[in-house]
Amino acid sequence: MPDSHKVTTGGRRREAAPAAPAGPPKRRRRRRRVRHWLPGLVLLAPSIVAIGVFVYGLIGWNIRLALSSKTTDIAPARFVGLRNFTRLWSEERWILSVQHALLFTVVFVAGALLLGWLLALLLDKGIRGEGGFRAVYLFPMAISFIATGIVWRWLMNPAPAERAVGLNALFHKLGLGFLANDWWQNEHWGMAAMAIPAVWQMAGYVMALFLAGFRGVPEDLREAARVDGASELQVYRYVVFPHLRPITLAALIILGHISLKVFDLIVAMSGKQIITDVPAVYMWQMVFDAHNPAKGATIATYMLLAVAVLIVPYLIWTVRSERRG
Amino acid sequence: MTTVSATPPPAALPEAPQRSRPRRPPRSRGVRALRFAALLGFVVIFLIPLYVLLATSFKPLSEADPSRAWNLPQVWTMEGWRTALAALAPGLWNSVKLAVSGSVISAILGSMNGFVLSKWRFPYADAVFTAFLFGMFIPYQAVMIPLVQLMTKAHLIGGIPGLVLAHVVYGIPICTLIFRNYYTTIPNELIEAARVDGAGMLRTYASVVLPNSAPAFAVVLIWQFTSMWNDFLFAVFLTNLDSWPATVRLNNIAGSMVVPYSQQMAAAVLASLPTLLVYVLLGRYFMRGLMAGALKG
Repeated sequence: MPDSHKVTTGGRRREAAPAAPAGPPKRRRRRRRVRHWLPGLVLLAPSIVAIGVFVYGLIGWNIRLALSSKTTDIAPARFVGLRNFTRLWSEERWILSVQHALLFTVVFVAGALLLGWLLALLLDKGIRGEGGFRAVYLFPMAISFIATGIVWRWLMNPAPAERAVGLNALFHKLGLGFLANDWWQNEHWGMAAMAIPAVWQMAGYVMALFLAGFRGVPEDLREAARVDGASELQVYRYVVFPHLRPITLAALIILGHISLKVFDLIVAMSGKQIITDVPAVYMWQMVFDAHNPAKGATIATYMLLAVAVLIVPYLIWTVRSERRG
Repeated sequence: MTTVSATPPPAALPEAPQRSRPRRPPRSRGVRALRFAALLGFVVIFLIPLYVLLATSFKPLSEADPSRAWNLPQVWTMEGWRTALAALAPGLWNSVKLAVSGSVISAILGSMNGFVLSKWRFPYADAVFTAFLFGMFIPYQAVMIPLVQLMTKAHLIGGIPGLVLAHVVYGIPICTLIFRNYYTTIPNELIEAARVDGAGMLRTYASVVLPNSAPAFAVVLIWQFTSMWNDFLFAVFLTNLDSWPATVRLNNIAGSMVVPYSQQMAAAVLASLPTLLVYVLLGRYFMRGLMAGALKG
């Protein structure tokens, strides 16, 4: 329980006691307290019900569907245990889509973290026009993944030399032809290219997080290290960076869970091509094209598990450190 | 009063202070210039997509040749913009209806929730709050199939109201979080004073908390507006041709290979314009929303 809460209840108790001289004070006090907090619960009730039904209820419903035999829209929903869950792993397409999501996640998370960190480091000490720089790095955040996908599809057009457009054409023009490649249509590394637009979109966010972190380090601490003879590099290495661990973790979690759910960007870049298939797109196709609810629900449950593994420990950790103050 | 324990998680804590440090040791002049150059270099890279969007959108069909891909248009034409606007207009209007109504409802709900969870707490309020937070991170695919069935039963499928409902419900966690974190900064003495004066919960909320909430409302309105405007996943599952918001329509325009690039790019700019405007005009609040949302994606 937060301390602030303790303080208020303490105050109330003191004020309630003299007002109730007669009768067993304990019970009366409790009734009084219930009468006090009950309206809050009532005000929150619609949201509790909504979250209960739409988040937890529907997750339960979805899992039940995933455990059923409803593999067509009209099939009966008999309980079949984990059959759908195990079958998925014998499918080449599923394995591919998981591999794609993992490669995308590694490149996207590492790329956005490094770039965002670097930008924050460059901005940390203040520079002329800082507001402008920050605005430029952050503006992609305001755009939808669909719009991002449309531009980057043009930029990462894989057409060869003389028909090349986008970045390939630019590389040829600048004499950097060796950099031209087939981008997301590459059979092995396509998903790494697919992560580039996502890095472009999210790096500014990571920069904002890190910049806040850098500046949360008290200047006295840095100054003290300088007085002790530390070079600027050492100040960063031994004073500033250790302070960034919680922010790095938060950024990691945020980027990671965005990445595991990636959907819009893939749809806008390549549609439903197998070469860039990920679980979210696969699930979408199972619902709309294949009309296989059980399979769609199974994929969705796997996605939930992947995110939960990441999020639940993080939530527990944050709530705990919040209590510790 | 201690609000330490009720402050947001580490990542949500600091906002970049608006300070620049004038003190500069002479040795760091060169480093400074290097930093500036590097930052400028990144600005160029970050703006490339914007250049492509704008330059391409004004090109006539005759300039669609790959060899001219990176040049500015020789003849500037609005043709791409006109056709894009005509194709996108119904979607834009749907998005306006969706994002405006949805963000207002979200903000009101979030404000009440945040008030209760920070200033009018009940037993196990923290547990309820944590349960809310989990709803912020779930992949919405994990509720999508039952949600479609539920919406179909409620006759809410394929229309804007159903989409608003979904966004409002799944927006409860983030809106509650932002308001709760903001309200913990209101001194408890103020709440106590109102209570001593005999004000009940609603009076306290309306007379003490609400008048102090403008910044939090700005943050939540902007946050919800941009996420509803930019959403694609809910829209693609819950709407039909008539109620498609701008993102789905945009994806459809761009998805057909016969649509010229000028028109695709113009449509992408048009669909992004409202959120970009919000960002340019209210960027300060947008930043704050991002920080509060550090516990979100």
